[in-house]
Amino acid sequence: MRFLLDAEQAEFGRTLGRLLAAADVPAAVRAWGTGDSAPGHAVWRRLAGTGVFGLAVPEKHGGAGFLPVELTLSFVELGRYAVPGPAVETAAAAVLLERLGDADGGLAGTWLPAIAAGDAMVSYADLAHGPYALDAATADVTFLVDGDTLRACDGCGPVQPSVDPARRLTRCAGGAVLASGPAVWAAAAQAADTARLLTAAQALGVGRRLLDDTVAYVKQRTQFGVAVGSFQAVKHRLADVLLALEFAEPLVYGAAVEWAGALQADTANHGYGATGAGIGVAMAKVAAGEAAYTAARAALQLHGALGYTDELGLSLWIRRARALRGAWGTPAECRARVLAGPAPAGPQIFHE
Amino acid sequence: MDLGLTAADAEFRREARDWLAAHVPAEPLPSLETAEGFAAHREWERELYTGRWSAVTWPEAYGGRGASLLRWLLFEEEYYAARAPGRVSQNGVSLLAPTLFEHGTQEQLARVLPAMASGATIWAQAWSEPGAGSDLAALRSSAVRTDGGWLLRGHKTWSSRAAFADRAFGLFRSHPGADRPHNGLTYLMFDLAAPGVTVRPIGRLDGKPAFAELFLEDVFVPDADVIGEPGQGWRVAMSTAGNERGLTLRSPGRFTAAAGRLAALWRATADPADTALRDRVADALIGARAYQLAAYAGVARLTEGGTPGAAASLTKVFWSELDIALHETALDLLGPRGELAATATEAPDHGSWADGWIFALAGPVYAGTNEIQRDIIAERLLGLPKGRR
Repeated sequence: MRFLLDAEQAEFGRTLGRLLAAADVPAAVRAWGTGDSAPGHAVWRRLAGTGVFGLAVPEKHGGAGFLPVELTLSFVELGRYAVPGPAVETAAAAVLLERLGDADGGLAGTWLPAIAAGDAMVSYADLAHGPYALDAATADVTFLVDGDTLRACDGCGPVQPSVDPARRLTRCAGGAVLASGPAVWAAAAQAADTARLLTAAQALGVGRRLLDDTVAYVKQRTQFGVAVGSFQAVKHRLADVLLALEFAEPLVYGAAVEWAGALQADTANHGYGATGAGIGVAMAKVAAGEAAYTAARAALQLHGALGYTDELGLSLWIRRARALRGAWGTPAECRARVLAGPAPAGPQIFHE
Repeated sequence: MDLGLTAADAEFRREARDWLAAHVPAEPLPSLETAEGFAAHREWERELYTGRWSAVTWPEAYGGRGASLLRWLLFEEEYYAARAPGRVSQNGVSLLAPTLFEHGTQEQLARVLPAMASGATIWAQAWSEPGAGSDLAALRSSAVRTDGGWLLRGHKTWSSRAAFADRAFGLFRSHPGADRPHNGLTYLMFDLAAPGVTVRPIGRLDGKPAFAELFLEDVFVPDADVIGEPGQGWRVAMSTAGNERGLTLRSPGRFTAAAGRLAALWRATADPADTALRDRVADALIGARAYQLAAYAGVARLTEGGTPGAAASLTKVFWSELDIALHETALDLLGPRGELAATATEAPDHGSWADGWIFALAGPVYAGTNEIQRDIIAERLLGLPKGRR
């Protein structure tokens, strides 16, 4: 057992970070919020060039093979730089289509290579997890699961503005039925856990960014003649943010490892639901969501009135933290899932 | 990055589980904070030692198994899952022994460790003083040079285990003219039965004598019982403090086992419509799991040459607050029966929740208060400027 990122994984994360730092993502986020998706598409293409989307796609469909840890660390970086667009949904749709296989009219063969290459921006909604699709009007296709039926949407309603303007939410109407039956239901469950895990990873990145920016700010901002970061009340609040993030992170990566194992077990017909991987994902979502939100509250408080302005880039992350909290599993839903059993498998055991 | 065990690690876990299943007392031992319970726990330490489970990471020469830190984590998970007795030797095994491995002489290792492993010598820690708790460098008890050793004078307090223990270890001011309060301290081991030592037990929150104050009047300590260089005690002590706050004091096994029991209690007793309680149970499970996975990562880092450093402060705040939340949730789940003291014959689960709650309440206070830990986190991990406390 070696529960740490290896050097190659860590370097991949740093490479992504450097690329996104150079891409002026905040400008793309603001443009995205006004309906101008061109700068966001440019960021997306640069991301795709690093192979991020291929991490959710098996080799036979042009991907890198399914690499959940690398996928997860990529989404931490997406959160850290507030990348706009349905990235979580695209990855979740890739898992859904891969699980369904080629039996249903060649869906996997059509879409997975395009996703892996970064040519397809895919939105995906599952009515069991929420009524809205993210960025459906911008995406190349929106898949919609309703119970055990999968459709390609052929129309969506007006944008229902999110607290995060860069998240453009719509209700989607059903279109052509692409697949139906228990296989859809099972694949959708795994896609939802994918979305939940990657949302947790994004939240973790959002929280890290909020903490970094706030630490930098309280070191240079002075009041009463000293840096506000020297006050114990400020230190303790930021220490609590770091605590929340530091203990959410292993849950996120632990869930990625378990979830990878569970998907493999499912391929071998052991049954995804019996592995407990969904519980690990739910734990990660609760912890990362709370940590990001704690970071957002602290960031706002410690930036003072400046933090309450739209002009400061901080607002992009504060609003994102709130939005991600409810996406793909509210805290209450995830906590209920944690107690629904079974407990996570592996070397770790919760004895009862 | 993976969570899989090698076949050899899994076999180690199985061996520990089998041994514990065959040896853990069927009935809980009396509280180790009583004379009777202390003796019973000392016997249990001997039993563990006979199975070579009392200090699994130590070299075999001192009674250990030379086990990896990962295996220690696995052993601890099995230990708490088996509901084995609390470790009366913990101060020695978790705090003094790591310090000796880092700073002790070969002679000290050979003399001190086997008796510690077997439970023949139970150690108390003697750090705090009436005027020196969180500001440990303010300590005033002194060690005065004498022929062949040192004479200890002063007043130590909040000394865990000291009411019944055999020996103690702590810091003393040996070079009073030093330029800074952190300098001129010496780390020593001494006998609690030595002439000049008076031990006065102090009742903890539930009245049991869990700790004591020590009055020292010219207590002789030979040079052989100085750990590290005289005057360098602060540096020696800080390696112990890292151990105290970090993994070795509170292994995740304790919390994963307790969280599992809490979930079982919730399933057996709770109103499913009470989502507020449900969420607290879920958070306890999440916290225990987070701590466990963080420990795996921490062990991997240590194994590859890292040091706990300031990260031990994160660990300390996290487990101490998790411990209280977990036990408070259990007591709330128990409703009116939650107020029963551990000694009540009708106390649920042999009183372990009530006892655990009392024990947990001390967590944020000892081993450096959580306020001090948050200062360390902010200054050393986040790089914030030092300021007035």
